[in-house]
Amino acid sequence: MALSPDEWAIITLSLKVSGVAVAACLPVAFGLAWLLARRRFPGRILLDALVHLPLVLPPVVTGWLLLLAFGTTGPLGRWFAETLGIVFMFRWTGAALAAAVMALPLMVRAMRLSIEAVDHRLEQAAETLGASRPRVFATITLPLALPGLLAGAVLGFARSLGEFGATITFVSNIPGETRTLPIAIYSALQVPGSEAVVTRLALIAVALSLVALVASEVLARRTGPGRGGHVL
Amino acid sequence: MSFDVRIERRLGDRTIRVAFSSDGGLTALFGPSGAGKTSILQMIAGLLRPDAGRIAVGGSVLFDSMAGIDVPARQRRAGYVFQDGRLFPHQRVRDNLLYGWRLARPADRLMDLAEATRFLGIGHLLDRWPRTLSGGEAQRVAIGRALLSGPRFLLMDEPLASLDRPRREEIMGVIERLRDELGVPILYVSHDRDEVERLASVIVPTG
Repeated sequence: MALSPDEWAIITLSLKVSGVAVAACLPVAFGLAWLLARRRFPGRILLDALVHLPLVLPPVVTGWLLLLAFGTTGPLGRWFAETLGIVFMFRWTGAALAAAVMALPLMVRAMRLSIEAVDHRLEQAAETLGASRPRVFATITLPLALPGLLAGAVLGFARSLGEFGATITFVSNIPGETRTLPIAIYSALQVPGSEAVVTRLALIAVALSLVALVASEVLARRTGPGRGGHVL
Repeated sequence: MSFDVRIERRLGDRTIRVAFSSDGGLTALFGPSGAGKTSILQMIAGLLRPDAGRIAVGGSVLFDSMAGIDVPARQRRAGYVFQDGRLFPHQRVRDNLLYGWRLARPADRLMDLAEATRFLGIGHLLDRWPRTLSGGEAQRVAIGRALLSGPRFLLMDEPLASLDRPRREEIMGVIERLRDELGVPILYVSHDRDEVERLASVIVPTG
């Protein structure tokens, strides 16, 4: 199955968008997962609901909200452009932002499960041995939760690869800039006689997703000694 | 006075209340399962906060509800040997043993790794993972980890409960030597009368 240079460009763009999305999402998702797993505070249920919102909201609504907040005239969009020099509108960075927002709930869920699976009694044992809270976190909690955290990241990556609705609403369908794999498949479907292209791209999408899911599940099973964690 | 404890704590619909003082050696909290013995150890270690009372070990006050003193667990220097060992599963025996040793001030350390492994006969286990250890081996490593953290006192929660007869005999010998040779006060929890009568210099009935 030979791929044309255009198709390769679509795949590399998709991988770049998803990779950046997961990298940007990782610290945010991890912080939220830790908060939800280990802390009790007022507004916790609301925060939990907000994190899960992109999972249930019509993606087109998420895209529109991103447009309002991160568009050229949106408050966050202006702040990013002026202080960091990052523009999202009609750019691949915007596609990455949309993918990150859509991947957030899945990543938080997987990471939260893996943090909750860490035996709190081991953390207590470390404390009696003289370890401070940050040290307990760095030497006990984090290493024991790590496979689950990686599983969450891989799952987020897979979700990002498939992101369509919020992306096309927010940053449109620009070849070479925001035309990721699903958007390219959608575009090809609009053109008569391009079944071969659609088939090739769809097979690639299936293969990438399958690899990511298997990797994620394998990693999750390693969370906690002798305990199987599941993200699916 | 090594242990001077007077505490109470409500847990669910019952109240755990205990008062005792003892000098040196091994003090045993003896009573049926479910009498709250583990909760008492947790309160002395700083893992569970008493509703009221006072805890002093070796003259230093660790908790006093009247004076508003509550030393955090990490500063109490309790060598806590848990019933289930609680070795860190992602660290080899050597790193488990050295976890508290590395955090202890040099002046507080009782012994180094070589002395501890000789004392407990665990030199051959250093490169093993905790999940590959037998119950008796794991319990000896747990005792070693507590000893190496430079403890002011030891808390032992039924360290023989999960072991078969020959292993119990072996670990009991280790505990007798701890009691006689190290001079670190030990608070020991058990529901087994024979065990307590053999090991304890003071017996505190609970429940």
